[in-house]
Amino acid sequence: MTMFEAILLTVATAATPLLIAALGELVVERSGVLNLGVEGMMVMGAVAGFAVAQTTGSAWLGMFAAILAGAAFSLLFGFLTLTLVTNQVATGLALTLLGLGASAMIGESFVGLPGVKMASLYIPGLSDLPYAGKFLFGQDPIFYISILLTIGVVWFLFKTRAGLTLRAVGDNHISAHALGVPVVRIRYLAVLFGGACAGLAGGQLSLVYVPQWVENMTAGRGWIALALVVFASWRPWRILAGAYLFGAVSIGQLHAQALGIGIPSQFMSSLPYLATIVVLVLISRNKRLTLMNTPASLGKPFVPDR
Amino acid sequence: MTEQTKDGSEKPLLEADKLTKIFGTLKACDEINLRIGTGEIHSLLGENGAGKSTLVKMLFGALQPTSGAIAWKGKSVAVANPAMGRSLGIGMVFQHFSLFDALTAAENIALSLDEKTPLDTIANRAREIGDTYGLPVDPEALVGDLSVGERQRIEIIRCLLQNPDLIILDEPTSVLTPQEADLLFVTLERLRSEGKSILYISHRLEEVRRLCDRATVLRHGKVVGQCDPRSETAASLARMMVGSDIHVIDRHPAATHASAQTALVEVNGLSQKPRGPFSVPLHDIHLSVRSGEILGIAGVAGNGQGELFEAISGEVLQERPEIIRIRGTDAGRTGISARRKLGAAFVPEERLGHGAVPDMSLTNNLLLSRHSTDRKVFLSGGALRLVAESSLALAAKRIVAQMDVRKSAENPDASALSGGNLQKFLIGRELDRNPSVMIVNQPTWGVDAGAAAHIRQALVDLARSGSAVIVISQDLDELFEISDRIAAMVHGRLSESVPIEHMNRERVGLMMGGADTSAPLEDAGAV
Repeated sequence: MTMFEAILLTVATAATPLLIAALGELVVERSGVLNLGVEGMMVMGAVAGFAVAQTTGSAWLGMFAAILAGAAFSLLFGFLTLTLVTNQVATGLALTLLGLGASAMIGESFVGLPGVKMASLYIPGLSDLPYAGKFLFGQDPIFYISILLTIGVVWFLFKTRAGLTLRAVGDNHISAHALGVPVVRIRYLAVLFGGACAGLAGGQLSLVYVPQWVENMTAGRGWIALALVVFASWRPWRILAGAYLFGAVSIGQLHAQALGIGIPSQFMSSLPYLATIVVLVLISRNKRLTLMNTPASLGKPFVPDR
Repeated sequence: MTEQTKDGSEKPLLEADKLTKIFGTLKACDEINLRIGTGEIHSLLGENGAGKSTLVKMLFGALQPTSGAIAWKGKSVAVANPAMGRSLGIGMVFQHFSLFDALTAAENIALSLDEKTPLDTIANRAREIGDTYGLPVDPEALVGDLSVGERQRIEIIRCLLQNPDLIILDEPTSVLTPQEADLLFVTLERLRSEGKSILYISHRLEEVRRLCDRATVLRHGKVVGQCDPRSETAASLARMMVGSDIHVIDRHPAATHASAQTALVEVNGLSQKPRGPFSVPLHDIHLSVRSGEILGIAGVAGNGQGELFEAISGEVLQERPEIIRIRGTDAGRTGISARRKLGAAFVPEERLGHGAVPDMSLTNNLLLSRHSTDRKVFLSGGALRLVAESSLALAAKRIVAQMDVRKSAENPDASALSGGNLQKFLIGRELDRNPSVMIVNQPTWGVDAGAAAHIRQALVDLARSGSAVIVISQDLDELFEISDRIAAMVHGRLSESVPIEHMNRERVGLMMGGADTSAPLEDAGAV
């Protein structure tokens, strides 16, 4: 395996959790709900995935548990904000704090234990092709799921009727309600999807990226996913680009540090965050387009008048 | 004057029997009976708050009645939700459009069709319907970019695509120029000739008389009369609607002032780029209003009236100070408080959130707009600037009495007042200062007829006492009632103003449509 190929693979592995979590949040926000609890749901997915995989020995069961944990955690958010109509910002922040604390407690006995790594794909011949063989045909299953998920979200949002309805709810929930659209139900489904995605992203971290459990192992990736959604102007392809940019810079700075460039390591470590935000700010400069794509009822509470 | 419905033999399309809706302690609809025949345009007349909207929401399924029954084509039905209303064949075109700005016209239409309709066929069907009924639209256009008239067309097409037997239209002409309204009437008459029924909600009496076969009049949630509007006069319909005669505005001639020739407010070559995705650019606007005069600015919503208001009030500053002159002082670079100190007063279109802070009391809202102009009265304690509650309360009391504001508590929050009463308070708040320049945007939008007459009279009286008044309004009747000159705004441009005696509805309609802006006065005089 060449150096180039190795870098390509690590970039994809670093980008995948961001991509998945941000796609989930994109769908949630397109329905008009702002869930700031991505970090919390992700870390719950990570600990649940690790614990189940470690106990059962199956990485796939672990991944399944991660998805369930993220979805279950998001259901709590949905119940609070959609049924009890609490403030979405405060509830999302609370969810993150709760997730970080609860995962540390659950994961205490798993610290230092060897994890179960999800096996990568291997297709004889194809995976051995030079340069991009391993990148295209030899990665872990979650990578392929993330790419399919991107295509799926684009197709769902812009080609299906259900996606149209979801965007309509996010644009104007009062009009949607007047048309007979079940606003709250659609938002519940979107929140659940977002939670499942965040859980999956967390599972990828503890079962693929670094197969072990470390407290607070999401390390702010949930927040980066949230920022990606905003700076990508709520468009899936831009999220893909942003996630890979982040992955590329975070791997690149590691290699640069290894080469011993005389720049403080703290600055280098913050580079991926800086670079991603700067680039996305630049491409979202078109105010009109951004405003057009911003879900107009984002974060606004909805109470049907009956 | 009122006559009972005379269709004994014919089975009505829709019949509401003692329909009642109670919100808390308020009876919004009280035992309402309504019969709509097949192929008729039935008018629902009433003032704001008479219960019209509540009634149609129940017919359409958006609200559930507290008691009473609805019969549709002779069968008793319970319309549980709007989707069920649609499947029965009841279509609704809303007053405040229920469109989605960020979606295209075709996507908006798709949302109200049943799930089986393939998304890619909708654009073509929308075009077909549009061509048939004279409602041209571009299905690919984003709704946020469209004019109000175009949005209404989408609403109507959306409704027609469901092939309804009954179409409910809520105040459809309130956003149209007279010419656009004429086109709408042609469409509606065509629908009637195809055997469709239309429930037409309006408080514009002339168009009801012209278009409708029968009218049901509501007041305070009760049916107060049913009649054939074609055999009534506008005055007799108004009396039924309001329950008493409406105060006629007294436009007494201006007393001759020594200063009558000096312009109190001037706009000289105001141009401005759009500031947001849905904002309108302004192009080279000139106007000047003298002491004793009311300038009326007509125009369909969204043609730059809001932007003009913000430029004059100082919410948006200009590049050069001489672009806005107030009482001879260049004010284009100074803020709102400084302009107020020059003697100007402003009442914006949006009452809650712009004209008043909803969750603050009336006295606090009073202080917010007048703390700098009347600092000595409302603030005490020297440098401490303590709020002088007693003088605020006194001033609020004076305004309430002057403008006949009806309120439920001594000093309620602004949001607790009804729209009309809050508007009376906000206008009174400015009048109380005796401003020499007053600019009002949509002074009586959503205000009932009695309160509207009060506000209009107050504006006329202010002008006659020597002030310059600018009234921006979509209501042509209002402008004709109070203005001395009328100009029209279209696409961010302001036409020349025309003295009221040379003005008529047709001419102002043409000006609102962008034509006739430079035509000589003689043309209008001859009409």
